[in-house]
Amino acid sequence: MTEQVNPAPRQDNQDPGLFGQTPSQTVGPYFHYGLPWKGGADLVGDMDMGARADLFAPDHYMLGRPLVRTGVTGDLITIEGIVLDGAGQPVPDALIEIWQANAQGRYFDGVDNSGFIGFGRASTGDDGWYRFRTIRPGQIEAGQAPHIAIGVLGRGLIKRLSTRLYFADHAANAVDPVLALVPAERRDTLIARKVGAAWRFDIVLQGERETVFFDI
Amino acid sequence: MSQIIGYRPEDAGQPPSLSPGYVSTVPRSPRLPLVKIPQGLTETTGPANAWSRLMGPSMADLTTQHAAMPQGQRIIVAGRVLDEQGRPVPNTVMEIWQANAAGRYIHKKDQWDAPLDPNFTGAGRVITDADGRYQFVTIRPGAYPWGNHHNAWRPAHIHLSLLGPAFATRLVTQMYFPDDPLIEIDPIANAVPPPYRQRLVSRFDIETTRPNWALGYLFDVVLRGPDATPPDTEHGEDDDHD
Repeated sequence: MTEQVNPAPRQDNQDPGLFGQTPSQTVGPYFHYGLPWKGGADLVGDMDMGARADLFAPDHYMLGRPLVRTGVTGDLITIEGIVLDGAGQPVPDALIEIWQANAQGRYFDGVDNSGFIGFGRASTGDDGWYRFRTIRPGQIEAGQAPHIAIGVLGRGLIKRLSTRLYFADHAANAVDPVLALVPAERRDTLIARKVGAAWRFDIVLQGERETVFFDI
Repeated sequence: MSQIIGYRPEDAGQPPSLSPGYVSTVPRSPRLPLVKIPQGLTETTGPANAWSRLMGPSMADLTTQHAAMPQGQRIIVAGRVLDEQGRPVPNTVMEIWQANAAGRYIHKKDQWDAPLDPNFTGAGRVITDADGRYQFVTIRPGAYPWGNHHNAWRPAHIHLSLLGPAFATRLVTQMYFPDDPLIEIDPIANAVPPPYRQRLVSRFDIETTRPNWALGYLFDVVLRGPDATPPDTEHGEDDDHD
C-alpha cells in the first residue's frame, strides 16, 4: 500500500477512544461572579454571606439567591476559620463548600420542604477567612460522630480537596470509623472548637498542622 | 441499613494536586498523603433537585443579559453530562463562567489592559434534561496573559462547574477550543497527563452550528460513575430485613 493517508485527526472530547472522567481543572482566581451566590453561606436564613459582590460591578451580579427558608429547626451555629497556604499566608481566593445532614441526621432527599438543604458555599475574604451559618447536624447513624463534609477549591488547586469537620464536644468522636482511619496525631486538624460564639475550623493546605484531606 | 453504592475512584486522566508548572500549586497542594476513607451516606448523597432553590433558574444565554449584544463571536456549546458507564446524568446543574471576547474577566482583580464589555458578564447556568443534554449560548472567549512565567498566556477556555448526584461527584473543569496552539504550552491544561488532556478540547460541530447565527461546539462531561450495579430495589428487599 503506497497511497497516502491523512494524518489521524487530533483526539478531542468526542473521541470514543478517549472516553472517561473529565479531568479536573482549577477554578482560577476569577470565579467570584460565577460561583458563590449571595446567601450561599447562610443555610438557615437570608443573609448575603458567601458572595464577594465587592469584586465586580452590581450590574454584573447574575447569580440570584436562594429562596427564603422557613421552619428550619435545630441548633443554630456559626462555623468560621482561615484558609492558609504552605507559607502560612492567608488564601484570599479559595471557595469552601459544605454538605451536611439536618438536625435529625438526615440528608436532603430532593423532596424535603423544610427549607434546609444542607449545601453551602462561601468564598474567603481578602483576609483568608470564610464563614457559614447553619444548624448543627445530627448523628447519621449510631456509631458515627456528627460531621460536615467540606470541599476546598481555589486558585492553585487543580482539583478539589475533601475533608470533614467534627465537633470537639461530641463523645462519638472517640468511636467514629472515619476518624479512626486518621493517624492519631493528625485527628486534631478535623476537630472544630468553640471560640467565642463560633465553631472555629481552620484549613491548612500544606505544612505544619496540614489539614487531613481524604481520598473519597 | 441499606447498602451504599460508592463511586469509582479517580481514573488515570485526573491531574495531581501538585503540578509544579502551574506555580500556584506549589504552596497550595498538600504534602502529606490523602487518607483513604470508605464512601458513606455523606459522600454518596448531594443536593439533587435543589438547584433552583439554591441558585435560581437557569441562564442559558450569556449574550442577552444586558442592554445590547456583547462584542465577539457568538457560539453555541452543547453536549451531555454522563457517568463513566455512559449513562446520562439528568437534572444536574452546570455553572459557567468565562472571560469576554478580548480575554478580560469582569472581575476587579483582573487588571489586564484589554477592554471590558458592559454587555457581557460571562456567568451562566444550565440544567441537564432527561437525556443528560445541555446547551448554552455565549461568545467565544479570548486568550489572556497571566503571571505564571515569562510570556505566559492562557488558551481560550470556559470554566464549567458540576456537582452531579453526590458530594463525591463534584467536578470543576475547563473547556478548550480545537486548534488552539496555546493548549500545548499551558501548564494548567498540561497538568492533565497525556493523552487525557485532549478530553478537555471541544469539537467544532456543523450540526450544532446554526446557519447565519452561531458556530457550534460539542463538549461532553463525564462524572465518576457508580462503583457497582445498584441492587434491584424492587425485588431484593427481603434480603435487607433483619
